[in-house]
Amino acid sequence: MLLIPCPYCGLRDESEFSNRGEVVVRPDPDAASDAQWVQYLYFRNNVRGWQSEYWVHTHGCQQLFVVRRHTLTQQIERPA
Amino acid sequence: MSEPFRLPGHTGAALAFSFDGMALTGRSGDTLAASLLANGIHLVARSFKYHRPRGILGAAAEDPNSIVGLGSGAHAYSDTATCVELTAGLEAHSLNTWPSLRWDSGAVLGRLSRFLPAGFYYKTFFWPHWRWYEPPIRRAAGLTVVPVGRDPDRYDRAHRHCDLLIVGSGPAGLSAARVAAASGLDVIVAEQNSRFGGSLLWEALAIDGADGRVWLQQTLHELQRYPNVTLLSRTTVTSYLEHNLLLAVEQAPGAGRWRQRLWQLRARQVVLATGAAERPLVFPDNDRPGILLASAVRYYISRHRVAPGRRIVLATNNDDGYRTVRVAQEAGLEVLAVFDSRADAAIESPGVPVHRGAVIVATRGHHRVRAVTARTLDARQTWTLACDTVAMSGGWNPAVQLFSQSGGKVTFAPKAAAFVPGQERQGTIVAGAAAGTGSLLQCLTSGFAAGAKVLAQLGLEAPPARNWRAADLDDHIEALWRIPASLAGAAKQWVDFHNDVTDGDISLAAQENLQSVEHLKRYTTLGMAPDQGKTSNVNGLAILGELTGRSPGEVGTTTFRPPYLPLSFGVIAGRATGALFRPTRPLPTHVQQQQCAAELQEYGAWLRPAYYRQAGEDMAAAIAREIHAVRNAVGLLDYSPLGKLEIAGADALEFLNRIIASDLTTLKVGRARYSLTLDEEGTIIDDGVITRPADDLLVMGTTSNAATRLRAVMDEWHQRECPQLEVWISDVTTQWAVLLLTGPRARAVLERTDLDIDLAPRAFPHMTIRTGTLGGVPTRIARVSFTGEVSFEVSVPAGFAPALWQHFMEGSRDLGLTPVGIEALDVLRLEKGFLHVGGDTDGTTTPDDVGYGAMVRNKKSDFIGRRTLALACANRSAALQLIGLRPVDGGRPLAVGAQLFKAGAPRTSGAGHVTSSAWSPTLAQPLALALLARGRSRVGERLLAWHDGAARPVEVIEPLRHDPAGALLNG
Repeated sequence: MLLIPCPYCGLRDESEFSNRGEVVVRPDPDAASDAQWVQYLYFRNNVRGWQSEYWVHTHGCQQLFVVRRHTLTQQIERPA
Repeated sequence: MSEPFRLPGHTGAALAFSFDGMALTGRSGDTLAASLLANGIHLVARSFKYHRPRGILGAAAEDPNSIVGLGSGAHAYSDTATCVELTAGLEAHSLNTWPSLRWDSGAVLGRLSRFLPAGFYYKTFFWPHWRWYEPPIRRAAGLTVVPVGRDPDRYDRAHRHCDLLIVGSGPAGLSAARVAAASGLDVIVAEQNSRFGGSLLWEALAIDGADGRVWLQQTLHELQRYPNVTLLSRTTVTSYLEHNLLLAVEQAPGAGRWRQRLWQLRARQVVLATGAAERPLVFPDNDRPGILLASAVRYYISRHRVAPGRRIVLATNNDDGYRTVRVAQEAGLEVLAVFDSRADAAIESPGVPVHRGAVIVATRGHHRVRAVTARTLDARQTWTLACDTVAMSGGWNPAVQLFSQSGGKVTFAPKAAAFVPGQERQGTIVAGAAAGTGSLLQCLTSGFAAGAKVLAQLGLEAPPARNWRAADLDDHIEALWRIPASLAGAAKQWVDFHNDVTDGDISLAAQENLQSVEHLKRYTTLGMAPDQGKTSNVNGLAILGELTGRSPGEVGTTTFRPPYLPLSFGVIAGRATGALFRPTRPLPTHVQQQQCAAELQEYGAWLRPAYYRQAGEDMAAAIAREIHAVRNAVGLLDYSPLGKLEIAGADALEFLNRIIASDLTTLKVGRARYSLTLDEEGTIIDDGVITRPADDLLVMGTTSNAATRLRAVMDEWHQRECPQLEVWISDVTTQWAVLLLTGPRARAVLERTDLDIDLAPRAFPHMTIRTGTLGGVPTRIARVSFTGEVSFEVSVPAGFAPALWQHFMEGSRDLGLTPVGIEALDVLRLEKGFLHVGGDTDGTTTPDDVGYGAMVRNKKSDFIGRRTLALACANRSAALQLIGLRPVDGGRPLAVGAQLFKAGAPRTSGAGHVTSSAWSPTLAQPLALALLARGRSRVGERLLAWHDGAARPVEVIEPLRHDPAGALLNG
């Protein structure tokens, strides 16, 4: 079980959080082409290495934040 | 004679226990295995596959043979005899034997062994069908019996954070603990055994000129004085998870408040001082009872004062085995000979003939070894000796399981012929024998260095260097992984005692080109048993290496996964059993529900009335009565589980309009609007009514049990997509109780309350909300209908709900007020063709599929899911659409899930399926909702509903059957 650095509550057990996947930017829905929209919906990089991802402190302060996690070693950093 | 194999010098009190019904005596401080051996009992089990007689092999957790049953009935469990502490009255019995351990009929399987090679179940038993063979095979292969009834024991949980967790309390672990403790660090030492000390408790070791046990006592006294040190005995660390979270199981020392306790330990630093386990030698018929690990022989003699036998033969490939000779001789036991596979072994052993370059090639004895035959590797000389015990020493495996679990890599050290810890991943420090350093001095110094390194990493001052006077000799080893076939002949050489895997099985695997150790494991089951290959892994992979021309390092080990030892289901469940397994949520009017004879059932987490029992009624009659009351008088329902999310703030409307599929821009204060909530893929995830009690306040109704999820969705959307909007989202589901009055006389009931809201239809029409006070209590009343009748959803602060329920029930009996359950409500909504999200929708259903395409099309601004529904591919011509169904063959309702086919079409894949179905008392006919391909264009069509081998003719109809014009609703 990982330790996740919540910006408000500090290091807490992973079980208090929800992982919300890789950081993706929602394109402007009216400007995006079908292909761009599908890219946003379904395609992820799934990297072997450092990845920026969303976490929510669901059983805590509810804050949404970004951490960098190494998908192989499970090292975790707060982004600069 | 009591305890014929007990040696003088044991100080423990005598304890009575039994094995397979035999009354026996052991001693306190013994393990069950030690007490059995003291009584001359070696044969304790039959092997898993061939039912070979098996005896106690090892001294601790590595023993693969001695799983025994303990207790009976609900208290029944099984464990390894070497890990069970002897207690007074302990009842142990052998497992998987019939009619008895000594005369086990399953042993016939051993004679069939050439028909049961590795992977036999993949190759044979196909004719006529595997299911003919499976039951007897499973019966023969069982390892224990499932306890009867509920486990009456209690299990507990404990959580701790610490600076340093040390696993193992041998010389290395204690040496590390001493350094860290003196610096004030919060230190936990976890020891699997009932006593601290590891090898100091039984190996003849000297530190600074005194017995090692003197150092042990001093160190323990010192550690016990530190308030910052926690010493946990009987505590096995089973799992090393991410970010230095380790799980440990603590065994209660006796009868106490709990039997086992699961520790979750989060450590800043971890030192693994887990020691090492000896390997068996692989030689023909090396599995007979009486053949033990050499270290186990010394352990039983020194620690428990038990002689495993009186006439001992040692087989070894290393210097360490010779220690057993000395210990046995000192105990007055006869050591007949040493067979050392190394032709050039330099070590001497006074008083015992040492045969170098010689190995055991055969053993005899059925229930106990009686004789061995040994031969030189060049086959020039042969000995046959009558004996009662064989001690075998094949070298040591560092206990790298936890290190491997932590993500560390293990590498093969040829000099020690063992896998040792290599690159760590979580900053883990390994000390002592676990690191592959064998001598006592190395254990002490590596433990000290580990403690010093922890201090350095935590930025503390390093302690002054220390030195000890202790043995520092490296034992020489020259691995011999099995006996060459030229000497062994056809006899079986056992590698995995637990799963009955022989070197022949490994040869077969290699012959069939299973080169990877992971494939070998799965094909032969090597290392897959509860012992997880503690004695067999390295021997097995080394033999595979020999067969495929690779070194053990090139073959590599299988991945070690948690847990290190088997866990009981009880300790996994902890306290979460019975009522605490999945706590239910009672309604605010729970007491009143019971008084009204509600049949309470779980709907999600909520305990809600399914229906209300009355004398002489069955469930169907009760539901029909309740429905009749709603259609003709008035029903009352505690509707509190309905989700209620408050969206407040200057931008509340703007925000919610970005979430849901309805257009809210025209929603005036005091009005209500039905809406769907979609996910970004355009799929319906919920529906509900949104009300606007005030200018800057919206209340979003959600399906029961969906409130938590939807609040999280909205909160995340707010933070991620529009943090600039001024809005607060709160789940007020349990703050506000909701009592639903529904039926033509609902207004009359409400008129009998002290209410400051005008109830007249024109002042308070359908789809509006009013706020006021009811009996002096703040209330919100919404006119929303899920039944098709005039309905008032009366919300009051939850604590007032019992009084209000009571008031309704007592004050409106004459109006025919009837409490109504969830089952009746579900039929009422079915008569109206109303959607039940989750029942009538699935993970592909879009608004258009359930008839709300216009809601989406008419909304001009963005909301979750809108863009996806506008994708070109979202226009699915064959989409499943919600329609009604009427069986045309009579009164029975259709089965939910029944598949729909056109008459004459092949019954391979249905055109849709029934999603809701019930008997409608109002319409006196069965009704159903279904998802059907292109359903809306097929009204009037005849189909077949296929269920359980029978087809029933049905007609596609409009879903809405009761009061289609909505006259009653708006009344």
